[in-house]
Amino acid sequence: MTTSIVVDGVAKKFTLRYHRTLKQVTVAAVRRQELSNSFWALQDVSFEVQQGESIGLMGLNGSGKSTLLKLVNGVMRPDKGSVLTRGRIAGLIAARAGFHPQLSGRENIYLNAAVQGMSEAETKRKFDDIVDFADIGKFLDSQVGHYSSGMTARLGFSVAVHVDSDIFLADEVLAVGDRPFKKKCMERMQEIRDSGRTIFYVSHAPGSVRKMCDRVIVLEEGRVGFDGPTNAGIKYLKYDSKPDEDDTDDDLGADI
Amino acid sequence: MTDVAPRSASAEGEPYDVSHLPLVAPAATTGLLEVFRRRYLLRLLVRREISARYQASFLGIIWSYVNPFTQFLLYYFILGIVVGLGSRFQNFAVHVFCGLVIVSFFTETFNAGTRSIVGNKQLVQKLAVPREMFPVASMLVSGYHVIPQLVILVVVALFYGWTPDPVGMLGLLVALLIVGTLGTALALLFSAANVFFRDFSQVVNVLTNFVRFGVPMIYPYTLVSERFGPVAQFYLLNPIADAVLLVQRAFWVGTTDDPAEYTRLHIPDHILTIGLGAFVGSAVVLVIGQLVFSRLENKIPERL
Repeated sequence: MTTSIVVDGVAKKFTLRYHRTLKQVTVAAVRRQELSNSFWALQDVSFEVQQGESIGLMGLNGSGKSTLLKLVNGVMRPDKGSVLTRGRIAGLIAARAGFHPQLSGRENIYLNAAVQGMSEAETKRKFDDIVDFADIGKFLDSQVGHYSSGMTARLGFSVAVHVDSDIFLADEVLAVGDRPFKKKCMERMQEIRDSGRTIFYVSHAPGSVRKMCDRVIVLEEGRVGFDGPTNAGIKYLKYDSKPDEDDTDDDLGADI
Repeated sequence: MTDVAPRSASAEGEPYDVSHLPLVAPAATTGLLEVFRRRYLLRLLVRREISARYQASFLGIIWSYVNPFTQFLLYYFILGIVVGLGSRFQNFAVHVFCGLVIVSFFTETFNAGTRSIVGNKQLVQKLAVPREMFPVASMLVSGYHVIPQLVILVVVALFYGWTPDPVGMLGLLVALLIVGTLGTALALLFSAANVFFRDFSQVVNVLTNFVRFGVPMIYPYTLVSERFGPVAQFYLLNPIADAVLLVQRAFWVGTTDDPAEYTRLHIPDHILTIGLGAFVGSAVVLVIGQLVFSRLENKIPERL
């Protein structure tokens, strides 16, 4: 097996700036209060992912999931430790980034694809597939600003799944789409998994994690609380209280 | 779904065998060189800004011609006729317009560039693109809008009987290079600084006022040299002033009755050499801008 992602002793510190204006800084200085405060969003996080694994990244709100995803996709750099990846990264963390409301859906597909690292030829080759998958029909040439939120999300998802990435990141993406589209997305993600790509799936929905992932990492206040088999991880998080999650729609509904 | 056909990319080799690829830091490549390596994305970003600018307007790109042309008419009337500078300096409106082309290129690059990273928050926070991309795109968009102004300048100059000369055209090129380089350098510096303190976009507004009056646009360089004598040399340390003089050398003097005499009187000696020096200086500022940007860049996504 080949390692796909190596996260080694990673820590990330964020600064909270309480006092941003001159007035506030002066007042705080006079009162001898702290001018800034920092906290560790991630601390001592280490794990390795093999190519082709699909990892469910779980944890409560604010446990550092999105920060970890941003470190893996290279938007942020760790303050301590290192993150190394192999191959091209794409994914839904960026689903709606880069959409320009004044441009048409067509223009936005090209722009968003380029942002995710696709070349012009590649985009042209896959353009019809992307449009078919997004299923936005006659709205392709109208301004994205006039799209409904579901349509925007569909377009974003569609571009993301068509990037030839080796690592696919999905950050609680299915919250906006309707049921048929969610189902289609899950099917597509399973295909991505089955094709041997590494998947990093952030979710609060135990059902879809169980379906998608063979390993779960649970973050707790910025540290790895659990790293192991899916069911044990869900149990660790105490997300398994509802046993009847064979109904697809309900699993995905929990994404909201 | 039927639309999920087998991946055509498999022709490019084993798609998901990545063992031949190196294990690297995902954010490794940044810098201006990387921006030009990803020029397809750069082109799309530039095109996005350009087409968004006149979106939903009926006249569209025509506005890019209307605006500078009406400005030319205003200067012709106010400075040439009302103030009366036209009697001492022939075609003074052309003189002003030469300055305007350079000043608006510079101030637009500086202003839009400074706002570019904060304005593209959505992209910057979520995707690992080289962040230098945004200030550079702002510079190119501003550069694109120089074209209609140059067209009007050429038309007006031809109307006054101007003929292009090689030294002048070389000077125009150097002038545009100076502004592009210096504008990008300052856009890099201020766009990063603006993430930390939004005050910097206000600072830029103040600075651009100084630029407008710190170049020989609404007054000729002759007035500066007459008033300050040898000290006027220091005025030429301003690269934007040099760029303005180069464009005036390229167009304005050529529209007058006696170009040689106007060049001798109103354009400093060796302006091309001075301009090349200004370009080198701007390039040095660009290197400094890149170094500072690289240092600040790490903290940009979390501070936005």
